[in-house]
Amino acid sequence: MNPLPLVAVAGSPNAGKSALFNALTGARQKVGNYPGVTVERHSGRLTLADGRPVEMVDLPGAYSLEPASPDEAVTRDVLLGRQKGERQPDALVIVLDASNLDNHLRFALQLIELGLPTIVALNMVDLAKRDGLELDPAALERELGVPVVETVAVRRRGVAELQSAVDDMLSAPVCGVHERVKSDLIHLQRRAREIATAAVISETPVRRWTHRLDAVLLHPLFGPIILAAIMFVMFQAVFAWSQVPVDWIASAVAWLSAQATAALPPGLLRSMAVDGAIAGVGAVITFLPQILILFFFILLLEGTGYMVRAAFLMDRLMHGVGLSGRAFIPLLSSFACAVPGIMATRTIDDPKDRLTTILVAPLMTCSARLPVYTLIIAAFIPNTRVAWGVGLQGLVMFGLYITGIAGALLAALVLRRGVLKGGGGGFMMELPKYQWPPLKDVIIGILTRAQIFLKRAGTIILGTTIILWALASMPQAAPGQKQSEVSIAGHIATGIETVVRPIGFNHDIALALLPAMAAREVAVSAMATVYSIDSPDEPASANRLRDQLRHRWSLATALAFLAWFVFAPQCISTIAVTRRETNGWKWPLFMVTYLFALAYLAAGATYWIAVAAGLGGM
Amino acid sequence: MNAPFQPEMIALDRLAVGTRARVASVDWGILDHGEACRLRHFGFDEGVTVEPLHLGPFGRDPIAIRVGRMTVAIRRKHAGAIGVIPLKQ
Repeated sequence: MNPLPLVAVAGSPNAGKSALFNALTGARQKVGNYPGVTVERHSGRLTLADGRPVEMVDLPGAYSLEPASPDEAVTRDVLLGRQKGERQPDALVIVLDASNLDNHLRFALQLIELGLPTIVALNMVDLAKRDGLELDPAALERELGVPVVETVAVRRRGVAELQSAVDDMLSAPVCGVHERVKSDLIHLQRRAREIATAAVISETPVRRWTHRLDAVLLHPLFGPIILAAIMFVMFQAVFAWSQVPVDWIASAVAWLSAQATAALPPGLLRSMAVDGAIAGVGAVITFLPQILILFFFILLLEGTGYMVRAAFLMDRLMHGVGLSGRAFIPLLSSFACAVPGIMATRTIDDPKDRLTTILVAPLMTCSARLPVYTLIIAAFIPNTRVAWGVGLQGLVMFGLYITGIAGALLAALVLRRGVLKGGGGGFMMELPKYQWPPLKDVIIGILTRAQIFLKRAGTIILGTTIILWALASMPQAAPGQKQSEVSIAGHIATGIETVVRPIGFNHDIALALLPAMAAREVAVSAMATVYSIDSPDEPASANRLRDQLRHRWSLATALAFLAWFVFAPQCISTIAVTRRETNGWKWPLFMVTYLFALAYLAAGATYWIAVAAGLGGM
Repeated sequence: MNAPFQPEMIALDRLAVGTRARVASVDWGILDHGEACRLRHFGFDEGVTVEPLHLGPFGRDPIAIRVGRMTVAIRRKHAGAIGVIPLKQ
């Protein structure tokens, strides 16, 4: 069988390429990786009017075929048919930002020289019009010698026309593809300017929206204040908005647990289902709303164009610790999860800048820590109000985030003075126009995250929970003995406990730390499992776990536990992605060692100070 | 390639915010390969009109500059490699 025709979507960053790709292919997309490199491959399927399917691939944004980053190298290699794991595309859709033709046409001219069947999508014509710019697509078509279709991808305008143009293009015969592009960049750039000028029908100078917004958002005084306010609102919202859905999920888990208890005969099977699977997975699923709210904010900040402004505002401070403003985006993404954050560091050109960013990314408080923080804060920090609209619990959470950030900056500074000395590092970024991202694209992003989280809950977390349940349930304790001490897991934990006893950790914590290596949130389900095995008569629920913690831990221990989780590299996925991104075991091992050392010191210092302050009692 | 010395030429990092200027010469030699490539991709080239729009809040670094129809942010250090001639307002 012949493979489906492959059509590549290419364009410069900020041309609206991904929005156009979403509009053409819909929500059913496949995200993979190009072999050997860590560049994501997004593909999807387009169905032509007569029902024929076409495979579409969204190439990484590039300014030219002379790569300045690994992403751009993939784009070049795919287009020249040199990329492993990808055949050469049969045709090309080039996406141009209508209001930035003089720049985007340069890349388009390079691509047209390749000789592949090509269509140009003149995108964001609405924004160009808003800026007082009227273009003549027919003139552009004449100059470029390929079909030009006007589109507004975010509103799905021109998408049908583009589809039929793709159809025409695939039916036409292909005559010879060039191996490489001959014209040099400067020549192409000048030609691009000529064409851009020729395509303008009229231009009315208007005060641009983006410029007006930037005057406030990039203001030397208000800019940083607004950035801090946005971050603060974001983290308060994670708490406030999630309350209701979290309660729903908690009561659903309690209901399920009661149903299973009633339906199954008492014994090992019931214990496994109720104390193992339902208690463990239920405790983690409860945090889904918070993770999704956080992702909603990050996707929104990215989609509107604000994220780059944040990088602009932060560059100088980041530069002070030896990072670039570019590191701000990977680090901010690491608040959701360090894995995509570390993968996002490939936009950093300087190798030492990039390595430093990778090594400190796990210090950003990822969403998997939220379940742990939320549980401990809810159990030990009173829900009082510090000031209007500012709760003490939210403030402690904010403090934990700040501690992580401070730790990361300090670590970067030390790394840049020591093992990663040298290298200039730079900051060069385009500030795209502000835009309201299509709700559909945000929803696609959130659903993908929800899916990944639930899949993890269904596999890794369910698996480790059941294994832990088995280790914690066997052998059975005799009457008068504590199950969590005589079991196999209890004996392993006793070994860990000798190491962590000085920093205030008890036997239960030692027991939770081991499975939490798989993923941090497992610490919560592990404790839920252990406590529900220890007291089999009480139904498992988030509130139950909270009460049990209050009885078994001192405030000093709870605070030390929080401090531990700010630093500890308890996430196999992060270690794995670091190995992949740095091509070896040297840096992931370095990362794990220094982070565990920091975690131990931080937890120890917290515990000793808290005990000295009289918080060591139950 | 260095343009002949022109008396009214100043470095881009010394151009006041809101002043339009024409790029007269770019000292590609003091930039490394990646930086030079990026600047070219952004469209920095002799004859292009540029205008500083915003300065970073800390140490007035980086600088947001309009180049042609796009706005880009670069560090003060790199802006220093670009010589411009202010346009008469």
